[in-house]
Amino acid sequence: MTAPWHSAALALGDDALVLSHRLGEWAGRAPVLEEEVALANIALDLLGQARILLSLVGDEDELAYLRDERSFRNLHLVEQPGGDFAHTIARQLYFSTYQRFLYERLASSDSEFTALAAKAVKEVAYHQDHAEHWTLRLGDGTAESHERMRRACEALWTFTAEMFQPVEGLDAVDFPALEERWLDSVASVLERATLTVPDGPRSRAWTAGAGRQGLHTEPFGRMLAEMQHLHRSHPGASW
Amino acid sequence: MSNQGDWPLWEVFVRSRRGLSHTHAGSLHAPDAEMALRNARDLYTRRNEGVSIWVVESAAITATSPDEKDPFFAPAADKPYRHPTFYEIPEGVKHL
Repeated sequence: MTAPWHSAALALGDDALVLSHRLGEWAGRAPVLEEEVALANIALDLLGQARILLSLVGDEDELAYLRDERSFRNLHLVEQPGGDFAHTIARQLYFSTYQRFLYERLASSDSEFTALAAKAVKEVAYHQDHAEHWTLRLGDGTAESHERMRRACEALWTFTAEMFQPVEGLDAVDFPALEERWLDSVASVLERATLTVPDGPRSRAWTAGAGRQGLHTEPFGRMLAEMQHLHRSHPGASW
Repeated sequence: MSNQGDWPLWEVFVRSRRGLSHTHAGSLHAPDAEMALRNARDLYTRRNEGVSIWVVESAAITATSPDEKDPFFAPAADKPYRHPTFYEIPEGVKHL
C-alpha cells in the first residue's frame, strides 16, 4: 500500500467509482429513456475503469464497500448530488474533459497506468462528446434550458480547481498545463453554447485538494451509506 | 417523460460488418439527427454490432400499406422462374 502510484490508482479509481454511482442514480429517473441508457453506459464505462484501478491496490470489493468516508480519495466534484439534468451535464463536461486530457497524457507515458489509460481514453472521449452535445443544446436551447445550464455551470465551477492539484504518483503529468488546456476547451464549449465562463472562484478556502486528503462534503456520507449498505448488511452475499 | 412526445421518432440502420448492407435495427426518439446517432450508438451497438450507423426520421419514410399487400406482392409468388432456385450454391458462399 505504500508505492506512490498506489495513491494515484486510489485517487483515479475513486473518482471513477463515485461518479459511476452518481450517474447510476439516474436509472429509472432520467428525462427520457434514451438518455437513461446513455448515462448508464457512461456509468458502466467508469465502473470498469474503477475496477481495474482499485484492483491494482487491493481487493476491489473491500475497497469499494468497506472503506469509510475518510479513506476515499475522490474529488469533491464527482461526489456532488446529481441535481437536475443540467447539473449532471455540467459535471460531465467538467470531469470528462479533465479525465480525457489526463488519460491522454498517461497513455503516452510509461507507467502502471499506460494500458488502462490507452483503453479508457476512447471511452472518455465519448463521454466528453456526449456532455458537449448536451451543453450546446441546453445552453443554446430554450430560455429555461439556458438558465438551468448557466446555473449548473456556475454551481459546480467552485469544484473545478481541485482537479488540478498534483496527485502523488502521477509525476509524469504537468497539472498546470493540463489546467490551461482544460480551461481553453471548456471555455470554447460554453461559448458555442451561448454561455459565459463563470467568474466565481474555482475553489473554496478549505476545499481545494481536500477530497484527495479524504475530507469530503456532506452529501458524500449519505451516498456512501446507500452504496455500501447492501454489502455491509450481507457480507459476501451473491446471486 | 413528459417531453418525449415532442421529439421525433428515428429509424436506425446498422451495418454490422464491412461488405454487408445496413440493416434496420429499431427506432428511438431524439431531438435531432446528431443526438439520434448518439442514442443509436448507445442502444444498438454496445456489443460490437456495428461499423456504421444511419438514422432517418421515421416521417421521411414512405411505406406500403397493409391494404395494398396483394397488388404489390402477390403476383410475384406464382412465378417460380423468377427465383434463382435452380442453381446450386457452392459451399462456403455466405450472405446470399
